[in-house]
Formats: sequence, structure tokens, C-alpha cells
Amino acid sequence: MSYPFPVQQARPAIRALYPVAIIVVLTLWLLPLFAISLTSIRTSEDLMVGNYWGWPKSFNLLENYQAVFTQTAMARFFFNSLVITLPTVFFVMILSTMMGFVLARYRFRGNMLLFALLIGGNFIPHQILMIPVRDFMLKVGLYDTPYALILFHTVFQTGFATLFMRNFIAELPGELFEAAKVEGTSPWQVLWHIVTPLVRPALAALGVLIFTFVWNDYFWALVLTQADTVRPVTAGLATLRGQYVTAWNIIAAATVLVAIPPVVMFFLMQRHFVAGLTMGAVKG
Amino acid sequence: MSDVLRASSGRTRDRRLPSSWWRRHREWITPALLLAPGLILFLLIIVIPTLQSFRISLYDWDGMGPMSWVGLGNYRELIVDPQFLTSLRNNVIWLVLFLIAPVGGLALALLVNQKIRGIRLAKSLFFMPLVLAPVTVGVVYSWFYDPTFGMMALIFQAFGATAPAILSDPELVTFGIVAAALWPQVAFCMVLFLAGLNNLDEDVLGAGRVDGARGFLMFWHVVLPQLRAASFIALTVTVIGALRSFDLIAIMTQGGPYGSSSVLAYQMYEQAIFSYRMGYAAAIATVLFAVMAVFITWYLSRVVRAERRRDR
Repeated sequence: MSYPFPVQQARPAIRALYPVAIIVVLTLWLLPLFAISLTSIRTSEDLMVGNYWGWPKSFNLLENYQAVFTQTAMARFFFNSLVITLPTVFFVMILSTMMGFVLARYRFRGNMLLFALLIGGNFIPHQILMIPVRDFMLKVGLYDTPYALILFHTVFQTGFATLFMRNFIAELPGELFEAAKVEGTSPWQVLWHIVTPLVRPALAALGVLIFTFVWNDYFWALVLTQADTVRPVTAGLATLRGQYVTAWNIIAAATVLVAIPPVVMFFLMQRHFVAGLTMGAVKG
Repeated sequence: MSDVLRASSGRTRDRRLPSSWWRRHREWITPALLLAPGLILFLLIIVIPTLQSFRISLYDWDGMGPMSWVGLGNYRELIVDPQFLTSLRNNVIWLVLFLIAPVGGLALALLVNQKIRGIRLAKSLFFMPLVLAPVTVGVVYSWFYDPTFGMMALIFQAFGATAPAILSDPELVTFGIVAAALWPQVAFCMVLFLAGLNNLDEDVLGAGRVDGARGFLMFWHVVLPQLRAASFIALTVTVIGALRSFDLIAIMTQGGPYGSSSVLAYQMYEQAIFSYRMGYAAAIATVLFAVMAVFITWYLSRVVRAERRRDR
């Protein structure tokens, strides 16, 4: 039995209308996305005569998207985003597995304090870190390089990721660890041979989440980078909007492109994504 | 920290390890080594900068030259700064309106929690705004609101009216941005409530049904109490999300017109990056931190209590 009660048990009229209701709500829900996608394939002539919302007179799909890559720095921004996001995901996975393992499996004074500190760190406003972190990156010479964003995101996301891994590792059957103890297995071996193979699903969920969080970041891209050769897609798109004020079709195409990686990631790994969000629901 | 690490097991024999010193101490050395890199980085990038910001807020500083001590001067300036009051008021508007998100998320979750054909795809499509970058959402909505060729204008024209220029009207602008921000936030809450609905206790539902509970009574007295965990999390992420709002404001209005859509997070950024007033900016950040600390403490106390209960 589930709630709300299955619509199959309802009167025939309701049963027939239910899918229609869902489609109507969903259409309204995604209206802005339809609009931007439609505009991304319009011709400039269409826009010139004010045909923003009607059916396009002709389609310019390839030309518009090609223009984004040839006439703007978008390809570079894409590359920058990957250079920042992928290493961050990798480092976060390693650090959070190590820390999560210790927090879940060892009882020591300060364990709870550390746990609280990680949650707190995850929820604080970014602005409280802005001036000192920017200053720090300037001093060590990382400002306006991808390393600044990799370093910052790795550390910030590790807080959330550690909580996530800690909860997952704490749920693993205790007998495994008891047996290892009896055998005299060293903590390194426990981590490598017992924990690592078992946490793979958790790491998959974490990977998609961290990828999305870092890819979508805008604030730190503004604060820690300046040059087009370093800026990720979010900051790049914002710059583009200033340059191509009237070329809405090009901006729309660029906007769709920025959205594609997280959306594709989400559809491929949906189960993991949802599991991650609802399990590690401490994320702000 | 290392000396307080209490090994979780007794002494074990292992012939492969050469030194008896290592054998005696590895039970705490390894965990300490595993914690060290993450912990050091966390102190360096999160904890220390937070404390530094508190300190900077007591100085007058342009970010490069010498810092001069002004004590609480920045805070004294804040409480009479009309822009600060506008930002604070906007933060309150964000906070209050964002409470629509848990309600809307629950409503959508109830709508799609059915086993009918194609429902999985429908759910995925409902989730989609959640994975979009705020920058994307900002661009999409700016354009939606455009008074000459936006969708908004089209809808108003259909009723023979002229659309208001939402993003350039000081009275409407914050509401317009919040509406855009609610889009992904409702999706987020929907995901959380769907997970909650999937974990309902079937026996309790059945009992409620046998007892003749239906309609609103069933929802209020049987279902909602079981969604307490999901509601708690949805409320927390919504409050934190509302107070953290920055991206959409930066993208859609840059705080304008004339600062009327600014919030503390944006005003802080503006003061630091464009006006080079680091001390003043740090003071704004500290106020925002203090407001959020209230919610963080409330959240932490509940989570830590639950954690202790589980430990026993």
C-alpha cells in the first residue's frame, strides 16, 4: 500500500484524467526550458521581426550551436570547467573515503565535535570565507589559475562528502570489521580490502552530486578567477550575456550547452543522484 | 588529537610488521594519518578564514594597504546604512517566500507518487530544474520576464494588459527573483518528500484506512507525522538556501535597480570587489553568518542528539 492511494482504485473518470493532469502540470513546469530551447534554434531574422515565441520560420539548430563554438570563447570555458571539475571530484572521493572511514569506525574524543564542525562548515555562508580565501590564493600565487578553484572546491565539498561517506560506512555490517579485527588486519588493509569495494555505490552517488555542485558554481568562479583562459562555463555565460545583448538565439544556445553536462549526468545516474541527495540530505 | 584516539581493538598479532613500536601504535596512528590531510585543509580553507573574517570586520582595509583598527565602527555604520536595511529586508522576504518550496514540493510529490505508465520519466523531468546551474535559471527567467518580448509580456498581452517590467521595478524585483529561485528549490523538496513517501509504514497506513481515516484527515494525522524526517531536512535546506541566495541576484539584476534587490550576500560581494571596502564587507558577512548560525545551531543540536541516541 502506498500513499496517495493508487489511482487505479479511483473512479474511471479520475483514472483517465490523472495522466492528463500530470502532463499539464509538467508542461507548465518546464515552459521556461521549452522556450529557451526553441529560441536556441531560431534564426536572427526571426528575432528581428519579433517572432520570439511563435513557431520558428526556419530552423537554425546547427548554425547557432556552431556559432557558439566558433564565435565565442565557450569551447574554452567548457574545457576550463572540465579541468576544474574532474580533479575536484577525484580528490573529494579520496579524502572523504579516508575521513569518513575514521569517523564511522573509530570512537575517539572529538569525533562528535569533528562531525559537528563538518556540518557547520557545510552550511556557512560563502561570503564569510571570501576575503581571506581570495587573499590566501593571491599570496600563494594560485589566484586566477584552475588550481585555486580545484583547491577550494575540494576542501569545501569534502566536508559534505565526508558526512556522506561516514553515514554510508557506518551502515556497513559490523561483522566484517569484527572479523578483520580478529584476524589482526591492519587499518590500511581494512580500508583498502573491505571498505573501498563496498563503498562504490556511495562513491558513484557522491561523484554525480559533486560534479553538479562544482560545475554549477558561480560565486567562486567570480571571486577566484578573472581571465577567459581560466573561467568556467557559468562565469563565461555571464560574460557572454554582456557581449551578445541582442543575439538571444546565440545566448540561448550557450545556455542550453551549459545545462547539458549536469542534465545528462543526472539522467544517466538518476538513481544514484536521488539516493545521494536524500541520504546525504545535509547538503545546503 | 592523536593521543586521544582510542584504539577500537585489543592487541593483535601480526608477523609481517617489523617494529613493535609500530605494532603498538598503529591502531591510532593510521586513523590519525587518514584524518590529517582533510583536516589540515579544512582548517586552512574553512575554519581559519572564518575567524579571519571576524577580525577583518573590525578594521578599515582596502585589501592591499595597511589595516587600521576601527573597533565596532563598521557595525555602527551598518545599522544606519539604508542599503544594509534594504538587503536585510530582502533576506527576510526570501526566507518567508522560500517556505513555499516545502509545501509545493510536497504537493508535487503527492501528485506523482503513483504507479502509472511513464511516471518515471515524468518524475525525472520534474527534477530537472534542480540540476541546472543557477546561472542557467537566471538567464532563462530574465528573459521570461522581459517586458517587450518575454513570455510574461505575451501572457499579459493575451489579456489585453501591459506586462510590468518586473526586473526594473524596485517593488517587484525581489519577488521576481525569488519566483525564479523557487523553481529548483521546489524540485529539491519534491525529491526529499518522494523519498519520504517511499518509506511510509504500510501497516500504519492500512490501520488508518481500516479506522476510516480518509481525505485530509488521513493526510494530516497518518501520513504527515511519518514525513517528519523529510520535512525537517526540506525545511533546513530551504532556509539555508534562502539565506545563501547570491547567484540569481548577480545574474538577473546585480542588486538593482539602485540596490533594491540586493541581499546581504550580494551587498557583501559588491562592497569587497567593487568598492574595496574589505572591513565593511567582512562586517556584512559576519552579520549574515550570525543569522545563519542560529539556524545551523538549531539543526546541529537536533542532528547531534539523534546521533547520540543511535550510538547507545
